[in-house]
Amino acid sequence: MKILKNKFNILLSFIFILFAQNIYAVESKDPIKLTLHDWTGQLITTNIMAEVLKEAGYNVELVPADYIAQFAGLQTGDLHVAMEMWETTGRDAIDEYTADGRVVNVGTTGMDAIEEWWYPSYMKEKCPGLPNWEALNDCAEAFSTPETSPKGRYLGGPVTWGGYDDERVEALGLDWEVIHAGTDGALFGELESAYQRKAPIMLWVYAPHWAPSKYDGEFVEFPPYTTECYTDPSWGINKNAAYDCGKPRGPIWKVASSMLKDKWPGAYDAVEAFTLDSNEMGNLVAAVDLDGNTVEAVVAEWMANNKDRWGNWIK
Amino acid sequence: MRKTKISNKIIFISLTFLTLLLYWYGKEIANYFDSKWLVKYPKHYSFPFAIYTTTFVKWLINEANFLLFTFNDLTRFFAWIIEQPYKIVLAIFSKGILRGQGQDAIQIIEPLSWISVVGIFFTLALYTKDKFLIILVVLSIVYLAVFDQWQSSMITLSSIIIAVPIGVILGILFGILSYKSKILEKIITPILDLMQTVPVFAYLVPILVMFGFGPVSALIATIIYAMPPMVRTTLLALNNIDPQLKESGLMSGCTERQLMWKVLIPVSKPTLLIGVNQVIMLSLNMVIIASMIGAGGLGYDVLASLRRLDIGGGIESGIAIVVIAIALDRLSQSFANLPTLSKKTQLTFYNKYKKIIFLLSYIISIYILGYFFTFFKFFPKELMINTSLFWEELVKYININYFDNLESFKITLLTFFMLPIKKFFLGIPWPWFIFVLTIIGWYFGKFKLALLCLVMSIFIVTTGLWEKAMITLYLCGSSVIIASIIGIPLGVWAGLNDRANKILTAFIDTLQTLPSFVYLIPVVMLFRVGDFTAMIAVILYALAPAVRYTAHGVRNINSQIIEAALISGCSQRQLLFKIKLPLALPEILLGINQTIMLALSMLVITALVGTRDLGQEVYIGLTKADIGRGLVAGLCVAFISIIADRIIKAGSNKLKNKYGIK
Repeated sequence: MKILKNKFNILLSFIFILFAQNIYAVESKDPIKLTLHDWTGQLITTNIMAEVLKEAGYNVELVPADYIAQFAGLQTGDLHVAMEMWETTGRDAIDEYTADGRVVNVGTTGMDAIEEWWYPSYMKEKCPGLPNWEALNDCAEAFSTPETSPKGRYLGGPVTWGGYDDERVEALGLDWEVIHAGTDGALFGELESAYQRKAPIMLWVYAPHWAPSKYDGEFVEFPPYTTECYTDPSWGINKNAAYDCGKPRGPIWKVASSMLKDKWPGAYDAVEAFTLDSNEMGNLVAAVDLDGNTVEAVVAEWMANNKDRWGNWIK
Repeated sequence: MRKTKISNKIIFISLTFLTLLLYWYGKEIANYFDSKWLVKYPKHYSFPFAIYTTTFVKWLINEANFLLFTFNDLTRFFAWIIEQPYKIVLAIFSKGILRGQGQDAIQIIEPLSWISVVGIFFTLALYTKDKFLIILVVLSIVYLAVFDQWQSSMITLSSIIIAVPIGVILGILFGILSYKSKILEKIITPILDLMQTVPVFAYLVPILVMFGFGPVSALIATIIYAMPPMVRTTLLALNNIDPQLKESGLMSGCTERQLMWKVLIPVSKPTLLIGVNQVIMLSLNMVIIASMIGAGGLGYDVLASLRRLDIGGGIESGIAIVVIAIALDRLSQSFANLPTLSKKTQLTFYNKYKKIIFLLSYIISIYILGYFFTFFKFFPKELMINTSLFWEELVKYININYFDNLESFKITLLTFFMLPIKKFFLGIPWPWFIFVLTIIGWYFGKFKLALLCLVMSIFIVTTGLWEKAMITLYLCGSSVIIASIIGIPLGVWAGLNDRANKILTAFIDTLQTLPSFVYLIPVVMLFRVGDFTAMIAVILYALAPAVRYTAHGVRNINSQIIEAALISGCSQRQLLFKIKLPLALPEILLGINQTIMLALSMLVITALVGTRDLGQEVYIGLTKADIGRGLVAGLCVAFISIIADRIIKAGSNKLKNKYGIK
C-alpha cells in the first residue's frame, strides 16, 4: 500500500513537471529578486528591468534593500539582481564581493555617473570666473561661512563616498575647507536651504539625480581626470602631489548573484543587455520627482514607447 | 571618619588641578620630554581587533561545522522558524492569503480592511474600560488611514506583532534561568549590557550574513535590541516576591515547575507587563533601522521621503510610528494596571467571550460588505489628507526669515560652550585620563569598579580609536549637559503640577518615538551640517529620561517628610530647594544616567550629519560592510556607556545611603 502511494506521488510530480514545462518557456518560476534602494533613478531602472523580465515570462519580486548591505544577500543568493552600482561609490564593495565569484558584475547600465563640485547659478554674479576652477581662490571669501572664514566652505559627500576632496584642495592649493556631510539627505538638505535663501553654497552633486534638474547651476571645471593624475604626483599642475584634477566619471554597473546565471540564464542575458543613457534617465527622474508622477506610471509609459528596444533584450 | 573626608577633598582638589594643568600644558610637557605618545597613542602599538573579528565572523559563516550541520544551516533554520508566524501575520494584516510567488501570486483571501483593524483595537481598548483610552486608540488607527499610511503601517505593525511576543517569551525564559542559577545570572548580565549598549548598526551586517536578507533579519535585530529590559524586569520581579508566598506554595505541594508557572509568574504579572511595555517601545524605535535591511514598512517610507527631501512625507510617516507606539504603549500600560480578575463568579461561555464573538461577527460582516462597497475595503482616496506642502512651507518660512538669528545663536554656543569642552577632552593626555577614571572608579565602587574602568579604557586605547572616543565624549557630554539644563526644571515642574505632567508626558513620548531621521533634515537645513546639528538631534532624543525621572523623584517623596517640613515652617521655596530636590537627587542622577545612555545610542545616527566620532566609525563599518570595524567601534561605544552607567549608579546608591532612602 505504502509503495503504491509513493509511486503515485512520483507519477504525480512527473505529470506536474511536464505540465509546468509546457506552460512556461522560462527556466524556473521561482521569483527573481531585484533590490530597490531609496533614490528615484534606481527605482526606475529596477522597475523597467522588472517589467521587461515579466514580459519574458519570469516571476519577479522587488525587495527594498540597503545599497551596500545588499551585497550580503547577493552573495548568499537571497537576492539576485542589483541594477545600479556606481563606479564612484560602489567600487570597493564590487571588488570585495566579486572576488570569490559568488557575486558577478553584469556590465554597465549605459549610464555614466558624474560627481563634481557644483554651485547654483546665482553665485556666478558673485564669482564671474566660474566654472573655471582657477576662479575658486578669488571667490573663496564669497563662499565662506563664519566657521570657515576667510576660507571657502565646500560641502563634500559622506567620508564613505571617498572622492579625495581633501587631497584635491591641498594639491591645487585652494583656500577652501572641506566639510563632510554624513548622508545624501544632509547634503541636499543644505542645498535646498541655501537655494531658498539664495545663499552661497558649493557642494558635491552627482548625476543622474533630481538635484541638477531642480536647481539651476553648474559643475566646476577642474583639469580633466586621468588615471595618472591620481597615481602619479608629477602629472599635472602640481608636480609634487597627486589628485590635482577633477573626479573620474565612471559607469554605473549592474551586479547579480552568481545564482542568476545558473538558475535563470535567460534572465541573466536580459539583465546584461539592459541599457539606458544618462539623459534619458535624467528626464525620467525629473518626470517623477519634479512633475509628481508615480514611478509605475513613468515606467509604464517608457515601456509602451520603447517596445523595440526591450524586445531585443529578451530575444 | 572626618579625617578620610578631608583627605578625600584634598585628593579631589589636587586631581582637578592637575587635570586642568595637563589640559593647558599637556602638549608642551609631552614635547619637552620628547614623548609624543603621551598625547597621541602611537598607531603601530594599536592591536588589530577589527581584522581578527572580521576573520572570525567570516570563518563562522563560511566554514564553521558541527559535524551534522554547519553554522550557516543553524542560523538559516532559526530564520525559517521565525519567518513562518511572520508570514501568517503579514497575510492577515497586509498581503492577504496568496497562492504562488512574486507577481504570479493571486490573492485568495483579502487582508483585514482598515475598518476591521479599527474594530480590533476598539475591542482591545474596551477591556480597559477607559473612555479616554478608547477614543485615543481609535483615533490613532484612523490617523493611519486618513494620512495614507495604511499599507506601510500594517507591515510595520505585523513585524511588531511578531517581534514583541518572541522578545517577551525569550526575555521571561532568560529571566527565569538567571533567577534559578547565580552562575547563569553572572553570564547573562554582561551580555545584556552589551546588547543594550552596542549600537545596532554595528551588528547589522553580521546578522544579514547569518540570517539572510529580508524581514527576518530585521526581526532578529529588533529582538536583540528590545529583549534585555524584559530579562531584567523578570529577574527583578522574581527576586522581589515575598518569600512567604514561595514557602506556602511549596507547602501546598507544588512541584518546582508548578511553583514557577502557577505561583511566581502570575504574582509578578504587573511588573512583567512593564517589561512588555518596554519591549514594545524599543521595537518601535528600531523600525527605521530594520527597514534598512529589508523590513519595508513605515521606516522605508521615512528614509525614502528624506532622500527626496520631502520633509512633510517624512513627518507624516514618522508620526504614524509615534501613533502606533502611543496606542500600543497606553494599551499595554492600562492592561498592566488592570485589577487581576477574580474568578469567583462562574461566567457562562457567552458572557465570558461576548466581546470576541461580537468582534468576529463584525469582521465577517465587514468582509461581506467589502464585496459591495469599496469603502469598507479601502479608505477613500478623496478623504485622505496630505500635509507635505504645509511642512515644506513652514521650514522654508523659518529658513528665509530666521536663519541669520539662528546662525548667530549657534556661533555663540559653539565658541563659548562646545569648543572649550572639545579642547578639554582632546587635550588631556590619555594615560592621565585613564588614571583619573580609575581613581573615580575606586572612589565610587572600590576595586571592582576601578578594574572595570581601567580594563575598558585600555581596550579603547589599544584599538587606536582614542581620539574618536574623546570626540564622542565631548558630543555626548555637551548634549547631556544641555539636556539636563532643560530637562530637570521641566521634570520638577511636571512633578509639582499634574496638568503640566500630562502635557509634558505626551510631548516627551512623541520626541522619544518620533524617528530622529524625521527632524534631522530640517535641523540640517537650519543649522548646516556639523557638530551643532548633531548635538541638537541628540538633545531632542535624550531629553525624555531627564524629565521623566526627575518628575518621578519629586513626586514620590515620602509625604511624612513633607508634612514635617511644612509643620516646621518651610516656605514653598525652601520646601523645594531644601527638601524635595535633595531627596529626589538619586532619582535625578538615574535620569541623567539614562540620558547618557540614550545620547550614546543616538550618536551613531548623528554620523549621518557628518560627525567624526565613534558613531562615524560604526557607520563606515556598516556602509563598507566591514564587520570587524563596525563591531570594534560598537564595543568602544558600549564600554563608554557601561563605565558611565556603573559610576553614576554607584554614585546614586551612595547618595541614597546618605539620605537613608531605600
